[in-house]
Amino acid sequence: MTRPLLEVEDLRTYYFGDRGRRVTKAVDGVSLTLAAGETLGIVGESGSGKTTLALSLLRLLPPAARIVGGAIRFEGEDLLTKSDGEMRRIRGKRIAMILQDPMASLNPLFTVGDQVAEPIRVHEGADRRAARERARELLRSVKIAAPELRVREYPHQMSGGMRQRIVGAIAISCDPRLLIADEPTTSLDLTIQAQYLGLLRELQRRHRLTLIFVTHNLGIVARMCDRVAVMYAGRVVETGPTKAIFDAAAHPYTKALIESIPKLSGARGRLTAIDGQPPDPAALPAGCAFHPRCPKVFERCRQEAPPELPAGEAHAARCWLLPPA
Amino acid sequence: MKKFVVRRIGYSVLSLLLLSLTIFFFVRVTGDPAVLLAEPGASAEDLRIIREQFGLDRPLWIQYGAFMENLLKGDFGKSFYYRTPVLELYLSRLPHSLLLAGAAMVFSLLIGIPTGIIAAVRVNRWWDSIGKVFALLGLSLPSFWVGLLLILFFSVYLEWLPSSGAGTAWHVIMPAFALGWYFAAAHMRLTRSSMLEVLGSEYVKLARLKGLPEALVIAKHAFKNALIPVLTLAGINLVIMVNVAVVVETVFAWPGVGRLLFEGISFRDFPVVQATVILGGAMIIVVNLVVDILYAVIDPRIRLER
Ligand SMILES: Nc1ncnc2c1ncn2[C@@H]1O[C@H](COP(=O)(O)OP(=O)(O)O)[C@@H](O)[C@H]1O
Ligand code: SF4
Ligand SMILES: [Mg+2]
Repeated sequence: MTRPLLEVEDLRTYYFGDRGRRVTKAVDGVSLTLAAGETLGIVGESGSGKTTLALSLLRLLPPAARIVGGAIRFEGEDLLTKSDGEMRRIRGKRIAMILQDPMASLNPLFTVGDQVAEPIRVHEGADRRAARERARELLRSVKIAAPELRVREYPHQMSGGMRQRIVGAIAISCDPRLLIADEPTTSLDLTIQAQYLGLLRELQRRHRLTLIFVTHNLGIVARMCDRVAVMYAGRVVETGPTKAIFDAAAHPYTKALIESIPKLSGARGRLTAIDGQPPDPAALPAGCAFHPRCPKVFERCRQEAPPELPAGEAHAARCWLLPPA
Repeated sequence: MKKFVVRRIGYSVLSLLLLSLTIFFFVRVTGDPAVLLAEPGASAEDLRIIREQFGLDRPLWIQYGAFMENLLKGDFGKSFYYRTPVLELYLSRLPHSLLLAGAAMVFSLLIGIPTGIIAAVRVNRWWDSIGKVFALLGLSLPSFWVGLLLILFFSVYLEWLPSSGAGTAWHVIMPAFALGWYFAAAHMRLTRSSMLEVLGSEYVKLARLKGLPEALVIAKHAFKNALIPVLTLAGINLVIMVNVAVVVETVFAWPGVGRLLFEGISFRDFPVVQATVILGGAMIIVVNLVVDILYAVIDPRIRLER
């Protein structure tokens, strides 16, 4: 097998609040492998650490957060030992990311053309005119009508769906190898959502992108992803091929997620129907973090955190119910 | 929106009315102007004639009525001391005040904006702490004290700058510094908080995700957005500066409207005091009104209210 595009090993990213006295283990020992061209879905309730994980890969965390351990290898290079300047040349060029809120991610004071052209100018040293031309092509490739007029307009003159596609155009502007999309459709209405997902798939095929798709919508995962990683309280509690996860989930949390998808409209499933409160990552329960909400909980779960145990071909879960390796 | 504007204008008119009433009666508590206007050793009869000449012998409420009647016609009366129309006097002093306020504004922005940005970019580091001390000093040190220190150091000790008067560019430096000091601190604080908010925004995050150099992220994406509230405040502050420079203009003998007010108070020149206070108050009230209405136009929550 060829070398994976991305390898994350035992990554830990903590938030330090209250002068270091309050520690939130938002990402706590995550390991992932991603082959080139693959699409990985990361699912989990809000607060499970998905965004923190995504931002850690780009080393673009809020000031309160710090990567305290682990390794990130991208195309064989260790990202955690890179200088700030080296990281900057990776961002937007080799790894791109789409943020959740299209209304807020464009700067209100600059034209769309300027904002789409920026990465090309910075990473490829293109002059203003060449970058403008590329910006028009990019807008056309994300299906924005009359791009030669749109480049001169400002974000507030466009709809939410258009802005999201512009953010998509920015992400692919320098032909990145890896694209991370953090809940890219949450704020869009359903028809626009479906169109946008179709567009992302098309871009992925055309640019041979490797995609990490962060979402709390399992219906989208079923449509888009080759593999799934389910996050709970900063950990990956189950990972495997999409089909295996949907056919034979091993972890009680994953099962609950799948059961919470409304049967009639799979694409709509939101992860809200699980009993109990999502955990507070600043004060996690001992043992398996899911045990206060788990229907199958038994004595050992309260005392010891389960390790990752095999559950099938390329399929593993952190649950004591699985037979030991 | 219409209702909001009407109500807001109503409040403004009411404030002005109250201001005119207050200043009219308060200035009459300061004493009898005839004593200061008459020759030394003037008789009681002389004083009575002077009072009669200025209408000060009439009952207070009749005086107020006459004053308001003239005011509505745009007539502020004549100065007791200079014997010329107060409005002319005021307008002859206004350019000096505008010059001083303009210079103080430039100074306050040149200091306030860069330090505010550095404080925000280096939030919670030592630069930010120095900035906080500076802001605290700026907001709490009285301007006359700053002015006197400046005079002591630059005029008395170094003999570099003239300590009083107007005329050359050198004259404006110290008063502008003394007046702008407080506003530099205010502008710094607002720049810092506005910048911090913008630096946490999604579009700044996206700018960083694109791999832009941090200097470009700050200078292009953050700075321009952060500047909007600062410039709004600066606009209001410019008008305030014109009208609160009494102490600074007095310390530096700067011939602006602030010094005119001070002279008016010392000579018990009632029309001068009334005119400067009411005109100054009107300027500040109008600017606040305009800003409130502009904000209402921008903010749909106010705009759509009926
Ligand atoms: N800036 C921050 N400061 C402190 N804690 C944070 C910050 N951002 C996120 N967290 C905490 O980290 C945890 C994971 O958050 P996040 O990565 O945003 O989860 P998700 O994207 O899955 O909703 C949350 O419990 C949240 O409270
Ligand atoms: S380890 Fe125990 S508590 Fe945790 S998921 Fe498995 S059964 Fe439930
Ligand atoms: Mg998130």
